[in-house]
Amino acid sequence: MSDPILSIEGLSKVYAGGTKALDNVDLDIRKGEIFALLGPNGAGKTTLIGAVCGLVRPTSGTITAFGHNLASDWRAARARIGLVPQELSTDMFETVWRAVSYSRGLFGLSPDKARIEEILRSLSLWEKKDAQIRELSGGMKRRVLIAKALAHEPDLLFLDEPTAGVDVELRKGMWEQIGALRERGTTVILTTHYIEEAELMADRVGIIRKGQILMVDDKASMMQHMGSTEAVFTLAQPLGAVPDALDRFCLTIGEGGTSLIYRGGTGAQDVEGDGNAEVAALTKALIASGVDFIGIDIHDSSLEDIFVGLVAETQGDDA
Amino acid sequence: MMQGFNARGAWSIYVRELMRALRTAFQSILSPVLTTSLYFVVFGTVIGGRMEPVDGVAYGAFIIPGLLMLTLLGETTSNSSFGIYMPRFTGTIYELLSAPVGVAETLIGFVGAAATKGLILAAIILGTATFFVDYEIAHPLAAAGYIMLVAASFSLFGFILGIWADSFEKLGIIPLLFLTPLTFLGGTFYSIEELPGVWSTIAYANPIAFLVSGLRWTFYGTSDVSIWVSLGMTLGFLALCVGIITFIFKTGWRLRE
Repeated sequence: MSDPILSIEGLSKVYAGGTKALDNVDLDIRKGEIFALLGPNGAGKTTLIGAVCGLVRPTSGTITAFGHNLASDWRAARARIGLVPQELSTDMFETVWRAVSYSRGLFGLSPDKARIEEILRSLSLWEKKDAQIRELSGGMKRRVLIAKALAHEPDLLFLDEPTAGVDVELRKGMWEQIGALRERGTTVILTTHYIEEAELMADRVGIIRKGQILMVDDKASMMQHMGSTEAVFTLAQPLGAVPDALDRFCLTIGEGGTSLIYRGGTGAQDVEGDGNAEVAALTKALIASGVDFIGIDIHDSSLEDIFVGLVAETQGDDA
Repeated sequence: MMQGFNARGAWSIYVRELMRALRTAFQSILSPVLTTSLYFVVFGTVIGGRMEPVDGVAYGAFIIPGLLMLTLLGETTSNSSFGIYMPRFTGTIYELLSAPVGVAETLIGFVGAAATKGLILAAIILGTATFFVDYEIAHPLAAAGYIMLVAASFSLFGFILGIWADSFEKLGIIPLLFLTPLTFLGGTFYSIEELPGVWSTIAYANPIAFLVSGLRWTFYGTSDVSIWVSLGMTLGFLALCVGIITFIFKTGWRLRE
């Protein structure tokens, strides 16, 4: 495994009002990965990004990016980090070209028209380069923010809710752009409310709640360890109890005895002995046992199920 | 790899701030020039023609340094405060805070642009004054240096104001309620020495009186107080502003959460 390009150790942030936004967070980010940070509102995602990008002053802990301590060697570190904020914050009276050129200069790079043209073309903004930002649609404004963040060719890019309020088509376009960034070798950390987005894009997922990282794992590994398969058999005749012949399966009787519910396995279809294989075996066992059914609904748990389950579980612990 | 001063970053901020002033040329340049020209017409030509010379200087010419100071203080303070307040208000400050720019680059960018705009205004006003009043500058180099010093000092002051303010109302309070009245009462239209009794002493409690007096010395070689006292006061104010801004950046007060 390569050395982390971003290393966060014991990071805590307590705001002036006493709110503890981050609580002893440890996190390593690897070169070239797409890391999705998931968490409910107020979990500390934006504070964590802010602490790395210089918008928030940590109360304690250390952040090291590309081998530079952000507290003491912040210039060298910040020069390689880009940020696309959650809010559409930009000078609305500037033209797209000037806004992106300004961002490049701000990070100490010489003007490079070819590079800026490449960025604008890749984000389908070239035709709008002379338009004032206020004239653009919401989706285009968000792409301008991405263009500004890419203007200094960062090695690490933070995308804070990049597709919030963006329509489905544009969201897919944004995913393609994130994929293109990965191809270019840019490490991407994104926060999102759309778990589908994390599921589709991320190599690794971190779940944060109340300022604490609950879990960080490869997406596939997380699905394998925490996922499950659910199959609901709608029965032709109600059952009072699970037949003895089916004891080896994880079964429960649904309401009124009209359904038989299987919940087990890993939820990952490419793993030997997973839930889908068990459902196949269960189907054969039902037929062999003479239990007639008129419908099957099979559902592999998604990252969203895992996320909701994990957050709900810790909420239960708090109660 | 970036380690030291980010000259391109400072230049980018400077150019963008100047462009912003040009974008609002009517408000930021034409409006103060027009207002000052009206002062020259009313107080310099119409009323000034009936006034006795002050310290041997024709009244119309006597008020030029004060009026110049009035515009310079108001415009540099407002422009600089607005320059840093707007990114805070709109949220675009994130870009500045996440970039490899520190206090030096930020000040050169924002304060430098505000001071430059103040100097451009001062040049236009002095040029405009020649249409209404006859005057000659006794110490032109000293005058240019003093105007630059005042422009830089009050641009710094405006920067502090823009960070302190959390509303547009607060942004306007200091220039409108303090700077303008204090400049009027600071000997813009009269010599403080001519004030009767205790009023003269009270007038010296107004720090802007020292600035007006200093600039008047560079113009006509006469002043209410020694040029060195005025210079010392201005440099002291500049140092105070730099100290406050360094503290702001060190602690992140009103900039970083």
